[in-house]
Amino acid sequence: MKGKGCAVCLPADIDTDVIIAGRYLRTKDRSVWAKHVFEDLDPNLAPALRGAVIVAGKNFGCGSSREQATIALKEAGVMAVIAPSFARIFFRNAINIGLPLIECDLPCQPGTPVAFDLAEGWVNASEKRIAFRHLSPRMQEILAAGGLVEYWRNRQ
Amino acid sequence: MSTLSERILGSPAGTYVDRKVDRAYAHDGTGVLTLEAWKSMDAGRLSDSTRISLLFDHIVPANNSTTATLQHELREFAKNSFLHFSDIGGGICHQLMSEGVVLPGEVVVGADSHSCTPGAFGAFATGVGATDMAAIWLTGETWFRVPESINIHLSGSFTGAAEPKDLALTYVSRLGMDGATYCALEFTGEGTAALSMDDRLTLCNLAVETGAKAGMFYADDVTVDYLKALGQAVRPQVAEPCNYVQDITFDLADIVPVVAVPPRVDTVKPVASLAELPLDQVFVGTCTNGRYADLVRFSRIVRKKKVAVRTIVVPASRMVLEKAIRTGVLADIVEAGCTLGSPGCGPCLGAHMGVLGEGEVCLSTANRNFKNRMGVGGEIYLSSVATAAASALAGEITEPEVP
Repeated sequence: MKGKGCAVCLPADIDTDVIIAGRYLRTKDRSVWAKHVFEDLDPNLAPALRGAVIVAGKNFGCGSSREQATIALKEAGVMAVIAPSFARIFFRNAINIGLPLIECDLPCQPGTPVAFDLAEGWVNASEKRIAFRHLSPRMQEILAAGGLVEYWRNRQ
Repeated sequence: MSTLSERILGSPAGTYVDRKVDRAYAHDGTGVLTLEAWKSMDAGRLSDSTRISLLFDHIVPANNSTTATLQHELREFAKNSFLHFSDIGGGICHQLMSEGVVLPGEVVVGADSHSCTPGAFGAFATGVGATDMAAIWLTGETWFRVPESINIHLSGSFTGAAEPKDLALTYVSRLGMDGATYCALEFTGEGTAALSMDDRLTLCNLAVETGAKAGMFYADDVTVDYLKALGQAVRPQVAEPCNYVQDITFDLADIVPVVAVPPRVDTVKPVASLAELPLDQVFVGTCTNGRYADLVRFSRIVRKKKVAVRTIVVPASRMVLEKAIRTGVLADIVEAGCTLGSPGCGPCLGAHMGVLGEGEVCLSTANRNFKNRMGVGGEIYLSSVATAAASALAGEITEPEVP
């Protein structure tokens, strides 16, 4: 899977409460999560995420297991999240709903283009190419299927 | 020679395995998306309904008609599917799993981040999101990367007013919010023998706040006796020499009462350094500190006194509530001026029943103090039950007296 987008820079230890607050969870309407994503961090951030690649500090997605956090990012138009490390439940959730994650320590320049190739394992930013650790074979299969729902639907 | 995770998952650290799940549980929050994902998998079948639990605890009773409608759909599904179901007032999912359901050596997966809690029984217990849970409903299995393990070696015993929660916050502070990411924590050493199951559950509960996949104790005589009283016959597990990626040692005698300062669980300071910080609310409960032993500790401090600030107490389960009624513990708590909530998560996640207002400060026995978690503009300090009790009486953060 390949993709590209403009960098949106975020700090380390972004928790899932800050990605989507508990007060917005009780609905099945995914547009609600996209609308309120990062509201408690920066209310102006949500519209800037369409076509963006989030470049964050370590431990992105820590805290609650709420899958709405990953769905909120995807629905808001985020192409991928790049961080030196992810909290493990968030990691699984993102792959399971088809949101690419890249474990890579990338210096972030706001607004600059970032390109990535998951199969080949590189990120391109500011004319530099950085290699990153591949996802496990199972995670690559799930992502290639479009998510875990599609992965299992194909096997029924 | 294996760590407990390697032994239970049957493979060395760093490898990937598919494992049958002995117990899978979700709650009213994650259950909604789980059901939706499971239906989308075109499944129409559950792998084994006897191994699946659906336990309402997050917003119980429902706070509005939107929540009620979502819960209604989930409740109807649970009843028609003959899976293990607990309705409102039954209690917190992790506590219900700890009342004779989870057994040593089992693989347990919960759709909630604090599903590391029942690792206290010597099970491999970990959290996932809704779609992973849906796949477990469908197949009865999931994949794991077998974690490396960090040894938290305990010696000595608690002195003064320190409690297991103070140790929990202290180890989170030592490791940091991501110090154990992708790893499991194993609590070992002679200091573990004197810890009750309630103590161990508190310690395992905070494991995820270091990024850990699991927090585990080896089953011993304490585990065997606790489960025996709940009708389960189990054997102890014997630790064997194994490779840990990190060893951390705590002498329990060195632990002092501490508070985690918002908005991070790993920003931990001695209670004494925050003394006299005014409070608007005290909250005692949750999967961290809402068990019977916690209510007893709290009641002993507030008994025949009056709280000076609004104080919400929420028992972790119906079994805890009933025991607290029978023994008079609950009467002491109510007579001290506290407000009771029905068993469940209470205001921990900021959805209902004790949400904070702008600028308000809460001292809570829960496990998270993230920005706005309990209400926009509210701040959460985390502490032990004894610190919460002493502070409730004073209306400000107060160091508990030595019992």
